[in-house]
Amino acid sequence: MMSDTEPLIFERSVPGRRSYRLPPPDVSARTVQDLIPEEHLRHEPPPLPEVDELGVVRHFTRLSQRNFSVDTQFYPLGSCTMKYNPKLNDRIASWSRFAHMHPLQPESTVQGLLRLLYELEQSLCQITGMFAFTLQPAAGAQGELTGLKIIRAYHAPRPRPRSGGQTRTTILIPDSAHGTNPASAALSGFRVVELRSGPNGMVDLGELKQNLSDHVAALMITNPNTLGLFEKEIHAITTLCHEHGALVYMDGANMNALLGIVRPGDMGIDLLQLNLHKTFSTPHGGGGPGAGPVGVSRRLADFLPVPRVKKTGTRFAWDERAKHTIGRVHGFYGNVGVLVRAYVYIRTLGKEGLERVSRMAILNANYLKARLSETFEVPFDDHCLHEFVASLKNLKSFGVDARDVAKRLLDYDFYAPTIYFPLLVEEAFMVEPTETESKETLDAFADALIRIVEEAKTSPELVKRAPQSTAVNRVDEVRAARELDLRWTPSNQLVSA
Amino acid sequence: MDYSPHTDEQVAQMLQTIGVSSIEELLANIPSEVRCRSFTLPTGLSEAEVLSACESLASPNRSLRELASFLGFGAYPHLIPTVVDALASRGEWLTPYTPYQAEASQGTLQLIYEFQTLICELMQMEVANASLYDGASSLAEAVLLALRTSGRPRILVSEAVHPHARQAIATYLQGFPAIIQELPHTNGVTDLEALAAASKDDVAAVLMQQPNVFGCLEPMEQAGQLAHRVGALFVASVYPISLGLLKPPGAYGADIAVAEGRCLGSPVAYGGPGLGLFATSQALLRKVPGRLVGCTVDQAQRRAFTLTLQTREQQIRREKATSNICTNEGWLCVRAAIFLSLLGPQGFRELAELNLQHAHALSERLRELPFVEPVFDQPFFNEFVVRYTDGVRARDVNRKLLKAGLLGGLALRPWYPALGESALWCVTEAASREQMDHVVKTLKTVA
Repeated sequence: MMSDTEPLIFERSVPGRRSYRLPPPDVSARTVQDLIPEEHLRHEPPPLPEVDELGVVRHFTRLSQRNFSVDTQFYPLGSCTMKYNPKLNDRIASWSRFAHMHPLQPESTVQGLLRLLYELEQSLCQITGMFAFTLQPAAGAQGELTGLKIIRAYHAPRPRPRSGGQTRTTILIPDSAHGTNPASAALSGFRVVELRSGPNGMVDLGELKQNLSDHVAALMITNPNTLGLFEKEIHAITTLCHEHGALVYMDGANMNALLGIVRPGDMGIDLLQLNLHKTFSTPHGGGGPGAGPVGVSRRLADFLPVPRVKKTGTRFAWDERAKHTIGRVHGFYGNVGVLVRAYVYIRTLGKEGLERVSRMAILNANYLKARLSETFEVPFDDHCLHEFVASLKNLKSFGVDARDVAKRLLDYDFYAPTIYFPLLVEEAFMVEPTETESKETLDAFADALIRIVEEAKTSPELVKRAPQSTAVNRVDEVRAARELDLRWTPSNQLVSA
Repeated sequence: MDYSPHTDEQVAQMLQTIGVSSIEELLANIPSEVRCRSFTLPTGLSEAEVLSACESLASPNRSLRELASFLGFGAYPHLIPTVVDALASRGEWLTPYTPYQAEASQGTLQLIYEFQTLICELMQMEVANASLYDGASSLAEAVLLALRTSGRPRILVSEAVHPHARQAIATYLQGFPAIIQELPHTNGVTDLEALAAASKDDVAAVLMQQPNVFGCLEPMEQAGQLAHRVGALFVASVYPISLGLLKPPGAYGADIAVAEGRCLGSPVAYGGPGLGLFATSQALLRKVPGRLVGCTVDQAQRRAFTLTLQTREQQIRREKATSNICTNEGWLCVRAAIFLSLLGPQGFRELAELNLQHAHALSERLRELPFVEPVFDQPFFNEFVVRYTDGVRARDVNRKLLKAGLLGGLALRPWYPALGESALWCVTEAASREQMDHVVKTLKTVA
């Protein structure tokens, strides 16, 4: 049985206790004072905890048991694509000849790894229909940032058609977009104009037309959008943007819906980022590392970050030259450990496997939506793609909200869907089951939700007090923000029940 | 193969429940003109076939387990205790998302709280976040914070800051009306007179690295004072392992301390994933980019943890957020927290001392060679620069060493042409006495 609390590692500390032993110095040692002037020296070592090895093992094992994870629970977190992360990928990524490689060792000693990166770029080009990729961005949001810098660089030398000199300064973003989109645009020095969604939850062509001008650098669009719906007018949208000299950036976070079904490059997308930790199954690690490769059309290829991996004959090498490159966004070449896992995934599934991924993800989302059709209202109801967004506003009359239902699900041993996003759905409840979940799991999840809605009607307190079976019950977030405690100090007392 | 569990019969049942006759019908909303016509990928493989395909990609590579490496320059091979891999590879650490549902994520949240504390202690800073992507982007985020907070346009950055980090800053600042001014180095350290001359009231931040890109120790205290005299933020980029011996950023008045934290229990991995460490003074708390975990209580008044101050972040503030960061490097935080807990204060100090001793031992032996001379007369930690004389070229030296299974010091010419035939040697605790002997013996045959 899980105990109420696990002490902090600092509370397990006993002065003088040791675990890991380093090899003894085997060079003739001089004193530290002999080598480093006093002004640079630290007088006391950092006050790290002093714990024996078993103590460390128990602590971090017990802490791990206080997590829900894909390996232990269904994790239907919308827009996050929490699919199974194959163990084979982790195994191969840990091989010395991938993991223990120095980024500056001679290219002659890294040919296999460079080939892997090159082939991964080529595969991503095939899958998306884009012309070229950079693997450098470390996450989706850094991919967005990279894309926006490319957009800026592309427009920089071009005067606007009618008035001289000034570059395009505006990015159009639908109101259904993920928060990283406007944040990335602002971080790239752009002004953000939000587009109101049409009545069907999609980009409204009229609204787009009204906002397009020669000030607009690009439209950032998510397709399928955050409601899990395909932007049917995508062709008209990209054509319209291009007619106004604007580029179209696609947030590829939802690519798990499109593998082998639609290639963004074929619908006029100029650039996009992929989240390899979503669609290509690399583990999320409790919040990273991810990888956010950026793919571009032919006219943007010269703007990609450097260095780029190049193939000449049968040799692979890094190339620092690119005519209009935006420069570097990462210390070296990106999150190679993540890229290796994505490569293994693509090799394992192959063309047919990837095609099946999206079809099964779509089947699972629609199946769950159908199972819950009597239980929840789904605004903008239509066949969805890989995820759907329900509204739980009807439960409000019982005093129960989306957060309560999410917390109650934890008692049923399911992680919760994304809630209160996208913002245009009241009491939003965003469910993405992914393709790796079985019908039995989906049925159990649907049954649990149906039961929770019953509970909300008959005994709402049960739902509002949830969760009760987790490591802790409802966490006081208000207190966390008001009485900030962001680090342990020896004076912090353990709060007892 | 794929990882979808459905049998054909189940697919049929599910389609029936949905009320369609085929999966194709579910795709009806996708206009036919954008449907995928064709794409080319190899066919899928079984596990054994994938292993064999990947083995053939691995086989031309030569790893740091096969070559003795003396390369550093921002990527440092260190020993990784077995316990780190054993614990971090648990699915409960590898496969959760960012801990949005606090009650089901107490493991990750408590770990990040411990991580924040450990980084504060290492750096002697007041606040640390739950990590950023890598050292380079952390420095860029520090610059953005300084520009935003001060409203001033100018950034002073030492030439002895890693060139990749300076390039990342330049990329991040595209589109901002900011001026990046580089400060020259003299005898391997930042020229303080140049810093004093450049320190005007339009300076938002001064950026220095300790030890700097040449391995030399910078006069951080004086630099920080010069920055503060004009009201600029002092930003220190540090090497975590060195903090076992060297004065931490908090002790010399850094307002922001950043670092590449991959050296704390994670493999070099060809440069990524990295672990961006980001710590500040209390005064800058609400300007910090990225996630923060706070300690609070649950309804039963038990200690509990949650993400906090999320109103700084993109999911709430959108274009007004302090940063666009969402995914960070959570799994490397797990590794770093385990690593630091295993080392403890004594172990961590001994680790730093081993690096110091190893590097000085090799430095002395290299200098005894007739064609090797020191370049800078400065104290250093575990990296140092030597120049090859008598017409010996750094490239040729490294070619010779590679034939003997050794990765020699990095030829600096591509980044610092003025240093001529110089090389940056790095020696960590992972290098053995035998490997150093091997280097010296091989070099004796060079000239």
